[in-house]
Amino acid sequence: MIEERSTTLKEKCLEKAQTGINGLDDITDGGLPKGRPTLVCGSAGSGKTLLAMEFLIKGAKRYGEPGVFVAFEETEEELTKNFASLGFDLDELIAKNKLLVDYIHIDRSEIEETGEYDLEGLFIRLGLAIDSIGARRVALDTLEILFSGFQNETILRSELRRLFSWLKEKGVTAVVTGEQGEASLTRYGLEEYVADCVILLDNRMKEQIATRRLRIIKYRGSKHGTNEYPFLIEEDGMSVLPITSLGLEHEAPAEKISTGIERLDTMLGGHGYYQGSNILISGTAGTGKTSFASQFCKAACERGEHCLYFAFEESPGQITRNMRSIGIDLQPYIDSGLMQIHASRPMAYGLEMHLTTMNKVLDTFNPDVVVIDPISNLTNVGTEDDVKLMLTRLIDYLKLKNITTVCTSLVEQESNDGVNGQGISSLMDAWINLRFFESDSELNRGFSVIKSRGMEHSNQIREFILTDHGIEIKDVYIGKSGGLLMGSSRAVQEANEMAEAVSQSQDMARKKREMESKLKALDAQIAVLNTEFEMQKEELDKLASHNELKNKALANGRSKISLIRQADAPQ
Amino acid sequence: MEDVAQNDDGPAPDESYIMSDQGLYILKLYVAGQTLRSLTAFANLKDICDKYLDGRYRIEVIDLLENPQLAKGDQILALPTLVRKLPPPIKKIIGDLSNTERVLVGLDLCPAEGFS
Repeated sequence: MIEERSTTLKEKCLEKAQTGINGLDDITDGGLPKGRPTLVCGSAGSGKTLLAMEFLIKGAKRYGEPGVFVAFEETEEELTKNFASLGFDLDELIAKNKLLVDYIHIDRSEIEETGEYDLEGLFIRLGLAIDSIGARRVALDTLEILFSGFQNETILRSELRRLFSWLKEKGVTAVVTGEQGEASLTRYGLEEYVADCVILLDNRMKEQIATRRLRIIKYRGSKHGTNEYPFLIEEDGMSVLPITSLGLEHEAPAEKISTGIERLDTMLGGHGYYQGSNILISGTAGTGKTSFASQFCKAACERGEHCLYFAFEESPGQITRNMRSIGIDLQPYIDSGLMQIHASRPMAYGLEMHLTTMNKVLDTFNPDVVVIDPISNLTNVGTEDDVKLMLTRLIDYLKLKNITTVCTSLVEQESNDGVNGQGISSLMDAWINLRFFESDSELNRGFSVIKSRGMEHSNQIREFILTDHGIEIKDVYIGKSGGLLMGSSRAVQEANEMAEAVSQSQDMARKKREMESKLKALDAQIAVLNTEFEMQKEELDKLASHNELKNKALANGRSKISLIRQADAPQ
Repeated sequence: MEDVAQNDDGPAPDESYIMSDQGLYILKLYVAGQTLRSLTAFANLKDICDKYLDGRYRIEVIDLLENPQLAKGDQILALPTLVRKLPPPIKKIIGDLSNTERVLVGLDLCPAEGFS
């Protein structure tokens, strides 16, 4: 009974028409309202036509819903050409009767208005187009041209109202585009008629970098993401970000994976990083961030895991060469396909583009571990807020896919804040800070684990050196003043301790020898005493047996006497 | 419908073709069904033609409900629409043609000319 009711309730719920546009269906919780019109508004060049057309193309290709595109601005040929550059072959779809492009030309100079009229002609054309291919989807791009074609706005407005209810009656899912007005969403207030779903597109310039954004202003009868989502127009159409979660729902596995540095594993409670966590390695220039990251990559590849390395500073060749110098040879893993390095300059394109390309690579390569080296460079591209936002989304996505991520971050100044401004450390599960320590006119590298969520970790500052076989974490030597000894002073201390140990062992040996000789002496004494003991015992035995013999002899003598005397035998 | 949809309310075609192109007006009236507005438009058009064109015209009435595919050719959106195919350039007049003066302007027919 309850089940029945819930299904009928579900049936009553708003049906959605999937757009097939990357990410948009996530934000709209399944697509645009089916059988209802949706208004897409935005300024010139914001991607309205693309959204409308992609909605039809994806509908025709993926969901078996033919579509009619009514173009008021561009001719069929122009549209075909424009969309060919985005990899969409309109002609093919048109030939298969899955798409129909109808160009409606309006030229006010040709038109004279006398008396009453209506737009029945538009309805007839549209109706014919819809019926001829059995269209389920319609795009009107852009309807507002009508306002420039006809003078009588009163008629136009009542006709528009009629058009939208007619589209609803027809049961087609319609996308209507409209130019953004100065004070209103659309120049002619189309939002007044399309009440179900309104999407705003925006193309904003910020510090010379353009970012496209999409926002769902209203969606009647459905939940939807309310933020502004960046979107991109790429060679294969539109994609809206985030593709990722709108919540914190990722799982947290308890397995750990090695950092690639044995002693660091120990410092992190024994087995390294949590799988699927993200780790921040911060440090000033030259402290060895890339080396830490590469060591991690190598360990992952050795386990047979796939490793993806995003380089924002160095080229792949440079990374492999430099790492080879400290004994981390990544080339074999790259050759065998276990590892990929994606290098790009942060300034090459905007943050969103970075995010999308990264997402794309992630989806195609499907790595187990990811390195981003360094994230701090991204601040060159966007403001701190933007970078944080982008990283949050990226990290969410990585966590969702259970990918362990190591991010490096360049710190301008030695400080305990660690990361310059992005405030991203709160996003990270573990944070290792690398530093130079200056002492005795030396610079030595040291690091500490600043945080490591959900595991015990060492609180010590440790020295490490870059050897020809990777990173080596040294023993801890505390100087007399209580400070950590590093570099040559550590070596001196090491030598001292070594010498001390040697002399100690010599002492030990001597003492041992003394003890041994003492024991030997005692042994000898024991032997002498033993002999004496034996001798005494022998004497005693001898004495006893002698006495017995004597008694026997006496007894024998007596019996012999009694025999002679013929007396009784003695009892 | 029939009386409106007649394709030949002007002079006989033969006659009109014999006449020079310059003088001939070929007009198409697009309507959707036999509504009051369609009928008004047709009646108004007929009046104006009779008055000002004096047999130098041909009116073709096209009912888009019967031939919807014809709407595309002349880019018809509003109904009723009167299209002047000849003489060039193509002119479109929308509405019920109740404002005679505007129709005459639309057809490039100076009102004075008709009275001459």
